[in-house]
Amino acid sequence: MTTIQIDHVSRWFGNVVAVNDITMTIGPGVTGLLGPNGAGKSTLINMMGGFLAPSGGTVTLDGRAIWRNERIYRDIGIVPEREAMYDFLTGREFVVANAELHGLGRDAARRALATVEMEYAQDRKISTYSKGMRQRVKMASALVHDPSVLLLDEPFNGMDPRQRMQLMELLRRMGDEGRTVLFSSHILEEVEQLASHIEVVVAGRHAASGDFRKIRRLMTDRPHRYLIRSDDDRALAAALIADPSTAGIEVDLQEGALRVQAVDFPRFTALLPRVARDHGIRLLTVSPSDESLESVFSYLVAA
Amino acid sequence: MSATSSVRPDPSPAPAAGPSTTLAFFHPTVARLTYRALLGRRRALILFALPALLIVISVAVRALAGADDSTANGVLGTFALATMVPLIGVIAGTGAIGPEIDDGSVVYLLAKPLRRSSIIFTKLVVAIGVTAAFSAIPVLIAGFVLNGNSQQIAVAYAVAAAVASVAYSALFLFFGTISRHAVVFGLVYALVWETLFGNLVPGARTLSVQQWALAVGQKIGAEGAITSEVGLPLAVILLVAVTGLATWYAARKLRSLTLAGEE
Repeated sequence: MTTIQIDHVSRWFGNVVAVNDITMTIGPGVTGLLGPNGAGKSTLINMMGGFLAPSGGTVTLDGRAIWRNERIYRDIGIVPEREAMYDFLTGREFVVANAELHGLGRDAARRALATVEMEYAQDRKISTYSKGMRQRVKMASALVHDPSVLLLDEPFNGMDPRQRMQLMELLRRMGDEGRTVLFSSHILEEVEQLASHIEVVVAGRHAASGDFRKIRRLMTDRPHRYLIRSDDDRALAAALIADPSTAGIEVDLQEGALRVQAVDFPRFTALLPRVARDHGIRLLTVSPSDESLESVFSYLVAA
Repeated sequence: MSATSSVRPDPSPAPAAGPSTTLAFFHPTVARLTYRALLGRRRALILFALPALLIVISVAVRALAGADDSTANGVLGTFALATMVPLIGVIAGTGAIGPEIDDGSVVYLLAKPLRRSSIIFTKLVVAIGVTAAFSAIPVLIAGFVLNGNSQQIAVAYAVAAAVASVAYSALFLFFGTISRHAVVFGLVYALVWETLFGNLVPGARTLSVQQWALAVGQKIGAEGAITSEVGLPLAVILLVAVTGLATWYAARKLRSLTLAGEE
């Protein structure tokens, strides 16, 4: 069993704090590192992969320091986000080279290429590969030594849905086999589909941690804001405020609309159409006004 | 879907979990990747163009002026050793690691249980090999073309070029690990320091790879055929010191190489 322990880790670049006092434990199974762009996910992954020193705190793998410890790579496989990868080689040459650098041979390379189902294109130059093919060859290079830890930085970026499904299936299998798989993403749905455990990072801080149901609930339980237009705004406002799922209503005269703050998301979404029907009010516009990922995440930070 | 994975189901026994992190100081795979990357880039065209130019010049000089020792000295000393060798050193030395660090593909070398010093040493060997092959050999050919190795001039300059290749490769490989602008650094060093300052400021000549290499050449060539500003013992000490220090520092630098994220 292999565990990455991140203990009170901070990392700053000049005056910018990229990671702020984060403590988390990544154990076997698939963990999703979720957060908006620029939240510090790559910084965290780089520290877990030994390519960045923490400014404060420690990052360890089963108690062994990761920074400046090349022995650690016997146990870690890394799938970087960046595209560059010796494009002048064929896929097979690339994976064989990676195997050799681990002191392994062609057999290991063949197994890894089979695992990612890339045998069919293994003799083509990497420069001719699509994004998804590159991603799979990168996977093969990370798997070649059968590592117990797999770190992937935004692995689904730019993949088409079919490639995404294949990679998810593969990562799920790796997790089921008892490996510690960590991947980063800024897309909730991706993380939700794949990860049994989620760590949310926002603006360099550890915002939430747990299984996806808990995170999902946190996200849906936050106060939702809606902009609503109807043919009788005041009557609608009066009816909505009577229910505890509504926390506040403002009549925006300029916009000619209601600004409603709901606290109980499922109850409110059921309430609104019922109230409208019961009072014979026609709803013209119902639009959420703060659904951006950033606002969802920033709520989590405050929670 | 059944988990018909070809990867062993139990990942816990780490493969070949030996105590040492590396097999040897020289890693053939690192060498292969390095020279293929070096010779595969467009920059590599300069590696072929410069020696070709040297030989063309030599043939032309020989045809027009006939065999003459001082002319041979001029061509080999001014063009070959002062300009061509450092330029090839810049291309091979920085090219052996700079582009990999730049585009991030060095991750695939670094995320391996390999000693950083063995990665640097291997790359240095490749850079030296490429620099020497593209400078010492053409210099030897040009020397024979120019004056048929009279006064040992061809051999002396070829050896000097080979010696300079070692120091330049180490120096520029080191530049490649510390800066994204290693090529610019290298060119400034090679052209401004070695060529310009070396000719204007007498003191600068003592700290010049070119002069150290010439000191070695002086020893090989006939009496008075080649002159250097630096005595041979000092030259050898400085050559060894620069090569050793640059290599040591490059390995140290690689050990704590930081990869900034995309964010």
